[in-house]
Amino acid sequence: MLLIACPYCGPRAEIEFAYGGEAHIARPGPGVTEEEWAAFLYLRDNTKGVLAERWRHSHGCGRFFNALRDTRTDRILTTYEMGTPRPDIKEGEAA
Amino acid sequence: MQKFSAFSLARQALGRHLGWQPQWRSVAPKPSYDIIIVGGGGHGLGAAYYLAKQHGLRNIAVVERGWLAGGNTARNTTIIRSNYLFEQSSSYYEHALKLWEGLSDELNYNVMFSQRGCLMIAHNVHDVQVFKRHVYANRLNGIDNEWLTPEQVKAFCPPLNISPNIRYPVLGGALQRRAGTARHDAVAWGYARAASDLGVDIIENCEVTGIDRDASGRVTGVQTTRGPIRAGKVGVSAAGHSSVVMAMAGIRLPLQVNPLQALVSEPVKPAFPCVVMSNTIHAYISQSDKGEMVIGAGTDSYVSYTQRGGLHIPAHTLEAICELVPDFRRLRMLRSWGGITDNTPDRSPITAKTSVPGLYVNCGWGTGGFKATPGAANLFAWTIARDEPHPINAPFTIERFREGTLIDEAAAAAVAH
Ligand SMILES: Cc1cc2nc3c(=O)[nH]c(=O)nc-3n(C[C@H](O)[C@H](O)[C@H](O)COP(=O)(O)OP(=O)(O)OC[C@H]3O[C@@H](n4cnc5c(N)ncnc54)[C@H](O)[C@@H]3O)c2cc1C
Repeated sequence: MLLIACPYCGPRAEIEFAYGGEAHIARPGPGVTEEEWAAFLYLRDNTKGVLAERWRHSHGCGRFFNALRDTRTDRILTTYEMGTPRPDIKEGEAA
Repeated sequence: MQKFSAFSLARQALGRHLGWQPQWRSVAPKPSYDIIIVGGGGHGLGAAYYLAKQHGLRNIAVVERGWLAGGNTARNTTIIRSNYLFEQSSSYYEHALKLWEGLSDELNYNVMFSQRGCLMIAHNVHDVQVFKRHVYANRLNGIDNEWLTPEQVKAFCPPLNISPNIRYPVLGGALQRRAGTARHDAVAWGYARAASDLGVDIIENCEVTGIDRDASGRVTGVQTTRGPIRAGKVGVSAAGHSSVVMAMAGIRLPLQVNPLQALVSEPVKPAFPCVVMSNTIHAYISQSDKGEMVIGAGTDSYVSYTQRGGLHIPAHTLEAICELVPDFRRLRMLRSWGGITDNTPDRSPITAKTSVPGLYVNCGWGTGGFKATPGAANLFAWTIARDEPHPINAPFTIERFREGTLIDEAAAAAVAH
């Protein structure tokens, strides 16, 4: 089970959280092509390596936040608030 | 190829079994092939076999990064059935089931296909309604599936506890009698042996690291850890690594990988007569011929390539199973493991041409592709050989996600298969 540091509540067990999938996917504006809309809805990088992803502390504060996690080891490098840019941490570096 | 029969077994026994040959040739990559299949799981090996057997092609290689069938082929709980809701899905899975029924003969290899029946248990009103809908839809499509009352469930599978007072009571079940299990390794080995005999090169410990294309964008070969190999066509059947391999040709897929876990108990005498599935508690149970209870659990929620997951996932399944099958309470579990399952948003696979000429993909089988092995292999081979899909796999494109023509088994079953 993962130990996830909620930016608001601190480290908590994974069962308190709901997964929100890949982060930083912006909804494209009106007037997009079918390709862009399909990509927004369905296409994912599915990264093998450091992935930016969303979590929600659903059984805690209820808030969404982002995490950087290495999908080859499941090690979480850092967590950060929604709306802030992806931290520039490379694989192998700790937060 | 040495043929397996009672006669050859007796003859080898007289020679103290020293005369058996390796089942497939171990080869180094040639500089060039007509067709390269990336991924030596059941689907990839089978595709190579059907390319050679049914389409008369000979200059084919299967390139596998690890050892043969060490991916999800070796990790799955081997449930085989075809009672999917939508016509497109049931005809694909039924095509596979029909091939399973003749596979041991076709390959001269005992794949231990056992049609012991698969019972899907309903625990609440929603399950009852959904499963009955499946039963009716399947029957309209000519696929066997029947509804059992709790008493009939108990008669078919006596170890089940049908008390109405447990946390997940048995309200009935959908039974497909032609469903069952097979021996996972045997399927891969059988295809490898038969393909090798038809001249297919099976190259292990050779990871594809790049896909080469010419100025027009057409595929010209692959880069591997054992050097470049030229190819006229490349078929990717890399299961959990489909996104990684297809990204080498600039293609993003509608896939997300999740760990899926399974575990086996110590071996016991025959005690569990059929396959039992419960989507609600994410439990998938059968007994192997060695006597182990094989138990599949649910998926972990997050993207991961680690081939392991959290203990709380199987714990949830086991807690429910201990109530549902009280006899299992004293069983000791021997091993647990995980696999990387490649899931599409509609939980239906992709077996298709791609926007890159000469590049084909078979992926998205997620948590339920073992049952499809012969069918997917057969239709992937067809698609590669003819450069167009067979009518059965024609709906299973990447473009369906743009067109909105989803085959939404995810909504139909609400969970894995
Ligand atoms: C725990 C678990 C239980 C399951 N239970 C069931 C079940 O009961 N019924 C069912 O129908 N399905 C089940 N499945 C799903 C099923 O196992 C898969 O859908 C199916 O096996 C995938 O096809 P495959 O056999 O070809 O994949 P794999 O055996 O995974 O083959 C893919 C191969 O591609 C290779 N590869 C990857 N990248 C590269 C590269 N760059 N270069 C070369 N080779 C590469 C891999 O090493 C691998 O050997 C289960 C899966 C898991 C994990």
